[in-house]
Amino acid sequence: MSEPPRRIEITEPVTITVDGREVTAQNGEWLIDACERNDAYIPRFCYHPRMEPVGMCRMCLVEVDTGRGPALQPSCMLPVTPGMSVDTTNDKVAKAQDGVLEFLLSNHPLDCPVCDKGGECPLQDQTMAYGPGESRFVEEKRHYEKPIPISETVFLDRERCILCDRCTRFASDVAGDPLIHFIDRGSQTEIATFPDEPFASYFSGNTVQICPVGALTAKPYRFRARPWDLEEVESTCTSCSVGCRVTIQSSRNQLVRYQGVDSDPVNWSWLCDKGRFGHEASNSEDRLREPMRRSEDGALRVAQWSDALGAAAAAIRSVDPSRVAVLGGARLTNESQYAWTKLAKSVIGTDHVDAQLGDGLPAEVVLGLPGASIDDVCAKGGTVLYLGPDPKEELPVLYLRLRHAAVSDSVRIVECSPMRSGLSPYAAASLQYAPGELPALVAALCSGDVPDGGVAGVDADTVRSAAALLDGIDDLSVVVGRANLAETAGVVVDAIDAVRSARPGARYLSALRRGNVRGALEAGMSPGLLPGRTTIATGSATWTEAWGAVPTAAGLDGLGILDAAAEGRLDVLILLGADPLTDAADRSLARRAIAGAGTVISLDSLPSASTLQSDIVLPVAAFGECDGTTTNLEGRVTVLHQKVTPPGTARTDWMIAAELALRLGGDLGVESSQVELWDELVKHSAPHDGLSSAALAAQEDPDGLLLPLDATIELAATTPTNVPPRSADSLRLVVNRTLYDSGSAISHCASSAALVPEASVRLSPADAAAMGLETGTFVTVASSHGSVSVPAVVDPGVPGGAAVVRHNLESVDAGVLVDAADPVCDVRVELR
Amino acid sequence: MARLTPENVELAHRIIARYPRPKSATIPLCHLAQEQDGWLTDEAMVHVAELVGCTPAEVLGTASFYEMFKRHETGRYCLNVCTNISCQLLGGEELLEHAEQVLGVRPGGTTSDGMFTLEDVECIAACTEAPAVQVNYRYFHRLGPDDLDQLITDLRSGALDDVVPHHGTLGRVHQDLDGDRIANITPPEAQTEPVWIRRHRELAESNDGGAS
Repeated sequence: MSEPPRRIEITEPVTITVDGREVTAQNGEWLIDACERNDAYIPRFCYHPRMEPVGMCRMCLVEVDTGRGPALQPSCMLPVTPGMSVDTTNDKVAKAQDGVLEFLLSNHPLDCPVCDKGGECPLQDQTMAYGPGESRFVEEKRHYEKPIPISETVFLDRERCILCDRCTRFASDVAGDPLIHFIDRGSQTEIATFPDEPFASYFSGNTVQICPVGALTAKPYRFRARPWDLEEVESTCTSCSVGCRVTIQSSRNQLVRYQGVDSDPVNWSWLCDKGRFGHEASNSEDRLREPMRRSEDGALRVAQWSDALGAAAAAIRSVDPSRVAVLGGARLTNESQYAWTKLAKSVIGTDHVDAQLGDGLPAEVVLGLPGASIDDVCAKGGTVLYLGPDPKEELPVLYLRLRHAAVSDSVRIVECSPMRSGLSPYAAASLQYAPGELPALVAALCSGDVPDGGVAGVDADTVRSAAALLDGIDDLSVVVGRANLAETAGVVVDAIDAVRSARPGARYLSALRRGNVRGALEAGMSPGLLPGRTTIATGSATWTEAWGAVPTAAGLDGLGILDAAAEGRLDVLILLGADPLTDAADRSLARRAIAGAGTVISLDSLPSASTLQSDIVLPVAAFGECDGTTTNLEGRVTVLHQKVTPPGTARTDWMIAAELALRLGGDLGVESSQVELWDELVKHSAPHDGLSSAALAAQEDPDGLLLPLDATIELAATTPTNVPPRSADSLRLVVNRTLYDSGSAISHCASSAALVPEASVRLSPADAAAMGLETGTFVTVASSHGSVSVPAVVDPGVPGGAAVVRHNLESVDAGVLVDAADPVCDVRVELR
Repeated sequence: MARLTPENVELAHRIIARYPRPKSATIPLCHLAQEQDGWLTDEAMVHVAELVGCTPAEVLGTASFYEMFKRHETGRYCLNVCTNISCQLLGGEELLEHAEQVLGVRPGGTTSDGMFTLEDVECIAACTEAPAVQVNYRYFHRLGPDDLDQLITDLRSGALDDVVPHHGTLGRVHQDLDGDRIANITPPEAQTEPVWIRRHRELAESNDGGAS
């Protein structure tokens, strides 16, 4: 797959001559890019527009005259200078290209007929275009064992490798995981991992995409299709909220591969492995194909759609609307979210609607803070206050952007986190605070007023030097999110308040994880909220006119819904792709809620603990199986495309909403396609002005359209969360997420399921020493709520007084420790 | 064997402190590990990576470039026989064959008692002293088969312990060349012309003198 040149804005034009034509280029840009942009494509293997050039393959040699006479030079490493004259096609250049290819092919096995890359291989293509017809190399070629696995998902064929340094440069310069390297440099150079230390990078799949030959192949795609059999459409990955642009490729109505597309404001062509290999979950044998109903004997049995929908409608119709709640929906398309909001808030008449399970940030905060785009946060020379979760684990490509900003664009990141994260090595300052005490730390950082005893468990000098980085920075970018699920959102809101009062000019990026959570909030999937960043107070008139009826009072939020269900105050609980039984931070609350809710209706594409407990299960179309739009964490709206048909009789979420509305005597006003829903939202929503389906379809680039960054919801004053002091004999719990958890997207993905880590409790070396335990010691972690047994891991990245467990790992159910009603969770760690 | 001993870890920290970036100490620490174990073990590379803050793959990538970092178990004495042009013309290949027979191993192999690793090497910059052999990078010049037998006997008996330290040992025993064979011991600042120009001139003058 060839990478298009980066679009650039020419700020310093110079005139150069390319193949006899005078053209304009940007002073100092690489010659190879300038030529390509001016219709003189120069062949290359090692050059990648998103990485620093190394001049490794010599394929891009062209004849350049800078006034000292013509000479062959590698155009990937030559900056454009005024008056430069380039010849990209003359005999000398052709001979050089021919020679380079003959060398590259001398040890290449030419096993194209059995190579996955065949048909889309730069080496194959360029040999055809520029190479020698035959080789003079008659000796025996090099042989290696092939292919060898270098990770769970990536295979390496060293015979095919042309040593272009792309994968190794990606690993060290882009991902920061230099786990593959050239070894035995010289005539025996090869790519290798350290023995028994696999290329376990969250970004390993990118190396397969950028490999210019078939040396690196990914297990999920190996021998699945030939490039000329693939059909493809462009779409946006919804595995997390970064919204990376992807090409979805299918063969015979089955998704076989996702490739990153270079979207300049978002993913720069990179993807994380969870997103890249997510099609394995879509293709899973376990996919829900037919509706199911719980029968008299208590078992879930396949049912007709009409039966299942009829039962769902009957259950909803038979109860008071205030006893119906809709939970989840953060992974739906914008259109489905809008349809479900309209169904719940207008047709059913309940405001108990929340796309988040109490593990996000309040909608008013996300929509009420002045926004910052990813580009704003990563802008050269800026300063970022990072208060979000570990981006490497939750929003991997945002981590790549932040890492690049810190390493290459001199962005200073001040990170406050409950333990060291993937971002910490690149942060100008990384402070590990005691859980619950973030607001005090942030206030001290913004004011520079630091008590001598330190603050939030961080010593005074560290806080002061970090505060110095923020001193006088008025246009601060702040990334906010939930770094600790055992801490209430109120603590983060208090920290945001501290920044707002000290830095009124600050702008915010909400680092919420679920695919389209931002779209859900924009569509009004939150209590008290209506679409288009309006509340019941401000938007009633507009939306009553559009819908006929809207709720008159704010309903329950995610935690409130779970509480109400647990207490028997809900008769119908609709789960839109939500799985509270494995995903809610407070596990026992979720259990009581599912047990206590009258009828549980679950819409999902894969079976989960919650669907198995539901009374009615409706199968829905997954990613790549439906059209629509999605909104990423910045508020960027991009178009999703369907590539394959959903399995069985699975339907798109909005279709189910429309059908239910009809059965409930309402009408969502959608006749045939989701476009009608989107255009209805755009028509009535001020922030969506200019984002009509026609405007989105007219976009030439893959970048989509950004919703206005300026807030339109008024932030309500909040009461500070009261965090009790920690007693000396307990530790304060941190629950954070890992990329590969036991959620259904991973557990049904063959190549990723093996990467789910073992559960553990991480303790600081000091606490571990005081308790006399070391890594591997089994301990009991007990809160007032529950207890679990896990092996301890001594981790210098954990601050004293904290105990860190990963959220949602099947081996240990850490969710039983947390009580959502408490602001923080204290635990005792004891030797078993 | 394997990871660095506590004493060596302490030394490692002192070495790291000499550099502006810890990673710069990668090669000195690999030397330290090789000195400790006689060769560079995987465990040592992992330990070096931890100490300098990089990945083991990076340490391997760096160390594997250098022929003198041995990544397989190496005998106490690494016997390098030169078979490049000068040595070859003067019996280097025969000397290597002799060494193979005496030690019972092929080049690259290590004797079962762990005493010798035999290597066939390219030019070791002793063409004037061909055929030349290095033992743990200490030179032995103009060796015939009998000299080699004697050398092996002396190494086995420990008679050369002062001259040839165990493999991996750094800089404890310096090269011992006869005074007249040392090319140039004048400090650079005291030189008026490069030594090779001076030698050339001296040679030309002596030839002229002989002719006239």
